[in-house]
This record gives sequence, C-alpha cells and structure tokens, in this order.
Amino acid sequence: MNKLVLIAGGSTLVYAGLALMMCVLPGIELSNVPAGPGVEPLTALESEGREVYVANGCSYCHTQQVRPLNQDKVFGRPSTAGDYKYQTPELLGSERTGPDLTNIGARQPSSVWQYIHLYNPRAVVPESIMPSFGWLFDVVDRAPAGVTPVPLPKAYAPARGAVVPTHRAEALIAYLASLKQTPLPGAEGAASGGQAMAGPTTTATASAGATSPAGGYDAAKGAALFTANCSACHQANGEGLPGAFPSLKNDAVVDKDDATKHIQVVLQGLHDAKVSGVVYSSVMPPFAATLSDAEIADIVDYERSSWGNHGKPVDAAQVAAERAKGK
Amino acid sequence: MSTNVTAQHSILSDKDDRSLVSVFSAYVVSATLWLVFATGVGILMAFKFGAPEFGAGAWLTFGRLRPIHTNATFYGFASIALVGLAYYVAARSSGAKLYSAALARIGLVLFNAAAIAGTVSLDLGYNDGDLEYREWLWWIRLIFLAALVVTAWNLIVTVSRRNSADIYLSNWYIIGGTLWTCIIATVGVVPWFQYGLGQVAVSGFYMHNAVGMWFTPLALGVIYYTLPKLLNRPIYSYALGVFAFWTNLVFYPIIGSHHFEFSPLPWWLQTTAIVFSVAMLVPVWGGSSNFLLTMRGRTRDMMQSYPLMFIFVGVMSYLIGSTQGTLEAFRSLQEVWHLTNFTVGHSHMTMYGIIAFAIWGGIYALLPLATGRQPGRLGMALHFWMALVGCFIYVASLSIGGTIQGLDWVHGLPFIQSVVDMQSYYVWRGVGGSLMFLSHIVFAWNVWRMCYGPGAVPSPLESLRREEAVA
Repeated sequence: MNKLVLIAGGSTLVYAGLALMMCVLPGIELSNVPAGPGVEPLTALESEGREVYVANGCSYCHTQQVRPLNQDKVFGRPSTAGDYKYQTPELLGSERTGPDLTNIGARQPSSVWQYIHLYNPRAVVPESIMPSFGWLFDVVDRAPAGVTPVPLPKAYAPARGAVVPTHRAEALIAYLASLKQTPLPGAEGAASGGQAMAGPTTTATASAGATSPAGGYDAAKGAALFTANCSACHQANGEGLPGAFPSLKNDAVVDKDDATKHIQVVLQGLHDAKVSGVVYSSVMPPFAATLSDAEIADIVDYERSSWGNHGKPVDAAQVAAERAKGK
Repeated sequence: MSTNVTAQHSILSDKDDRSLVSVFSAYVVSATLWLVFATGVGILMAFKFGAPEFGAGAWLTFGRLRPIHTNATFYGFASIALVGLAYYVAARSSGAKLYSAALARIGLVLFNAAAIAGTVSLDLGYNDGDLEYREWLWWIRLIFLAALVVTAWNLIVTVSRRNSADIYLSNWYIIGGTLWTCIIATVGVVPWFQYGLGQVAVSGFYMHNAVGMWFTPLALGVIYYTLPKLLNRPIYSYALGVFAFWTNLVFYPIIGSHHFEFSPLPWWLQTTAIVFSVAMLVPVWGGSSNFLLTMRGRTRDMMQSYPLMFIFVGVMSYLIGSTQGTLEAFRSLQEVWHLTNFTVGHSHMTMYGIIAFAIWGGIYALLPLATGRQPGRLGMALHFWMALVGCFIYVASLSIGGTIQGLDWVHGLPFIQSVVDMQSYYVWRGVGGSLMFLSHIVFAWNVWRMCYGPGAVPSPLESLRREEAVA
C-alpha cells in the first residue's frame, strides 16, 4: 500500500506543483495585464459577432496573432500583451489555413466585400477554399427599406430574389470591422511608423534584395503586390465586381497620363466614390502606412500597364512627392 | 510477472473473470464506434479542402466539424479504449480482480454521455471558445472529469489489492496518467485565471498536457504490459522504465508554451518550454530504447504477429514523432513550420502513430485472451497495412506541403499562393485519410469477431489458462 501512495500520491503532488507553476500562476499573472493604449472593449453587437465567430470555428483556420517575424508584417505590427485585454476566450489560433485576422478591420474595411466574401468566398477570391456561409443570409423577394442587398456577381447570386444578411452576419461583420490594431506609442517610432517601416523590409524579403532600377518597373513584383493588396476587390482581371468594386480597366483615373489622382487614391484610400457615374458604398483602405513608395509605384505601374491600360508610368519619387503633399 | 498472472487465476472465481471480460469488451466496442464516427468526420473534412462546397450548411461547416473530429477522437475513441485496456492490464498485472465492474460501467456511461453531449452541442454551434481540445461546454467537461475520477478510484483500489508488494510499471503509468488528467481537466475548466493572455498560457498547458500526460502514459502502460507478454520475456530494464516515468513527469508539463512561440506570451516562458522540449529526449529515447531492446533479436517473431507489429509501429512513432516534436520547438524551425499544416501532420503522426497503434496492438493482443475469440489474420493484415500506409501518406503529404506553405510565407508571396500550393498535398492527405478510415472499418469487423464472433470456448477462464500457460 505504501508504494502505491508514493507512486500515485507522490507523482500527483509533483504534477500539481508543476501545473501551478506552468499554468495557474502564469494564468493569474497574465490575466491582469493592462489594456494597451487605445484598446477598447467590444460593443454589444461586436461581442455578438465574436460569438458567431467562435460558434462556427473561424479560428481553426484564421489566427489572431501577428508574430515579430518578417513574413507576418503583411498582417500588421507584432501583437503585444496589451492587445488581448478584452479577448476572452482567446482566439490566437494554431493554424493559418486562411490569413491572419488581427488587423482585418484596417486591412479590409469594406463591409460590402466582407458580405460578398462571407456569402461565397469564391465570388471575390476564386482560389479560396473557405466554406460558404450562405446560411447566414436570407434570400428575399425584395430587400426591406433601409437594407442594401449584397451586390453578388451574377454567377454566385441566387436565380431570383435579393440576398440580405441576417442579424448574425451583421454582427460577425461588425466584429471583423472592429479588429483594428492600435498604434504603439514610443520606441517603435511615431504612430503608424511601425507599419510604414514594415514595407521596405517585406520587399527586401520578397525579391531577395533586388532593388528596382531607378525609374524602372518590376512587373513580377507589381503583379505580386497587386495580388496581395488589391485583387480581392478589383479582381485579377482588373474589372472589379459590378455594383460593388469599380473596374480599373479603361478607368478615367488609371488609364490617364496624369497619375496624381491614381497615386493619391492608393495612398489615402477612398469611400463613397463616384466612378464612371456609379456611386460605390464600399470603402477602400489607405496604403500609405503599409506600403513603401517603391511598392506603391510598382502597383500603380502594374495597373497602368495591364488589361489594355496605357497610363504613363510613375516612379517612387513621384509617390514620395504625393505622399508629402497628401498630409 | 506472467507466472503471477497465471497463478492468480486459480484463486479468482469464474464470475469475476467474466465481469472483467465484459467490461473490457464493452469499452473496446464503444471506443470502436467512436473511432469510426470521428474518422468519418475527418474524411468529410479532408474532402472539403479540395471541394469547399461539399457538405454545405451550418451543421456540416468545417469550423464545427473540426472540434467534433478532435474531441471525438480524443475523448471518445482514445480515452475509452485506453481506459478499457487499463482496467484489464491493472487487474491482470496485479493478479487481482477488478474492484468494481459496476463503477467501470458507470464510467463508460459518463465517458459516452460527455462525448455525445459534446458532439451534438458543437454541431449546434455551442463551442466554449475554440480552445483546442476543450471546446465542449464546461458542464460537459465536468461529466468527463467525473468519468476520470471514477476510473482513477476503480484503478487505484484494484491495484491496492494486488498479490505482491511491487506495483508493476504499467500501473505506474496508468494510475499516474489518470490522476494527472484529473488535474488537467480541473485547471482547464476553472475560469478565474483565464482572461485574455492568461488564457493563452492555460491553453498552451492544457492542449499539450491533455495529449501527453493522458494518452501517452496510458499507451506506454499498455505497451509495458503487452510487449513482455507477447514476447514471453521480461522488459529489458525495469529501472529504465522507472527513470523514464519520473523524467517524463517532471519535463513534460513545462513545455506547453512551445505551442505559442513568437506570441505575446512572456519570452522566458517560451524559452523555458523550448529547453525542456529538448530535455524530453531523455524519457522518449529512454522509453523507446527500452521497448526496442526488449524486442531485440526477435525480428522473426515480430513479423509473425500483428499485435507485435502494431506495437512496433507505435514504439517507432513514439521515437520519431516525439523527436520531431523536440525539433519543431526550436525557434528557427518554428519560424517556418508554425501555423502550417506541418503541425497537423505531426499531431497525426503522434496521436495516430503512437496512441492509435498502441491501442490496436493492445486490443489485438489482449481482447482474444479475454474473450477466447480470435480475429482473422487477413482482417488484422488489412487493418495494419491500410492504417500504416494511409498514415504514412497523410503525414508525408502534410509535412512536405506544410514546409512549402511556410516557405511561401517566408518568401513574402501573396497569401493566396500558399493556399494554391497546398492543393495537391490536400488531395494526397485525402487519399491517406481514406485508407486510414477504411482500415477502421476492418478494425470494427475484427472487434466484432473478437467479441461476438465464432470460435467461442466454453469458459473464458479456460481459454485464458490455456493461452497464458504458454506465456
């Protein structure tokens, strides 16, 4: 009997001690980390959206942790302890089958895009393997007053009727919109400096240090940057989605010699814009903080020379000049 | 030890023996049903990576099936199978009767109640927070905890009534694992220290320990009993087994945070986890070399016996999979592999390669002894080879694909490129997974034959005497 007490009791005591040291005490300590500057609790609707996120297991494919590694800079600044103050349950995740969502509210601010993507991800990202969440939407004969139906591309829309989000979908999209990193003060550089600095480093990694020749334009790099930052809305063929995202093909701003407006839109973003007579309610995010002058020049040049466009190419210096003007 | 067992039978009554056999088979049958269900869900999910619209709708959406698959595999299949084996091993190796068959049946009902309630509620969208391996609502996890407590009690009293002063090594692992898991289940459910980043620390501890301090010790306990019995020779070194027991106990609970490397968890916590991940080589190499040295020089016997081949694969996976786990913990490799499908490959090499193969080896070795009914050799062969080849394809495709996925990110390619590059590896994963699933159907047939099939003998006790007289 004594031996049983030693083995069962002794090992369990040791284990309990280790559980206390490696789990309970760190848990207590880290539960009390104060909120980072600007980190706010969620609103009631956003919390509801977070519950929809949890119930449907979004975090099995989407992480919410930006690591202090080069490859994570596209998702935002490195996450800090203070970011997680109001995040219970924690949704850091362990797999990145889909992109990280820590800063998705800033990276993709367009709720129109989010709704189309949620209804059927392949409507905006053809290669996507995310499930469709059509069951978070209703198909109605006519959208009720004050509700905008989701502007789905024809191929993905139901044969008849309008698609409107349910309350759960609205809550989920509100939650995604709330996922915005707050700028870190101090050492990392002023305000969004941390992100601005991310740009050049990413580029260096992407093309193994090959800086583009002065005035030249790296088509492969432009295409890659367009895919990573623009094609989710404007699509790989540049035609956008009718009624949701404007086409860049033969567009008055893109296919034009004076690039001032084109550069400014990429730097500052756009909302409620009227393009070719159509008003678009979706929001385009600003890229001034996340992309370098050279990268924006590559994107702008890619757009000005693709899909039959013949706009005059720009260089990084022009982007720098517009950036200085824009403030 | 085996002399003890055989001698003991003469003083045990036939009735006690029958109740142990019925408890053991009930656990195995129940676990088998969970295995087929959980891996069927796994197959459905594997298809979804190639055809995302396959099985649309809320109830079959990936994010709900994923926790159903993992929890049903862990707490339905593996837990129930290992506890069934543990009862048999504890009673036989102690030369005692099972303390309470009724308690064991209550435990089985509780395990199943938790797994059914957990599965249904997850599918309805009641997920406790996407926290891996503890997605069941808190009250369902308390049912599971109750099942553990009942099991621990039953095992301890059984072993306390043993017929010798010594406690056989298997029972160290079995009783230890069950008691430690009661602690794991408790700290996982108590909410007071689980806010924000605090919960991340708890998640790292929980997800790691729920696997390595529950399934691994019980599987090792089963191997420590089954291997000497099948080979009819003692374990190579009893002392080495004891050494591995204590080092495993001290090192393993410290390394959970390696699941959150580069996260905002304190850097020292992550570094400590990495250091002890390396230290884990001591119990892993100690344990697996103990098994391999027990098998030394008996290659021909090994090839003749499917139970031994299952256990051999389990031991090799323990050696390779756990060593891989140590390597994965290094920051330089985590930089590439973390968050990719490489991790999914690793978890299948370990949970499937170690745990499932050890369970199958144990069942094929011990269940026929208990019931006196044999599975067919062809059935065992089909199960073994389909499971082995399937698992190999599964792990190889996700390891290669996961590495490419990680390198795509390092090279700064647009994210969607990593999704596109995974496609062919997802297809191969589906091929491997399908073979694994088919092998489980064959296993279910084999279990049926071992429990209810032909070849019945008048008394299970008689057959035991005959079989074990050889041992």
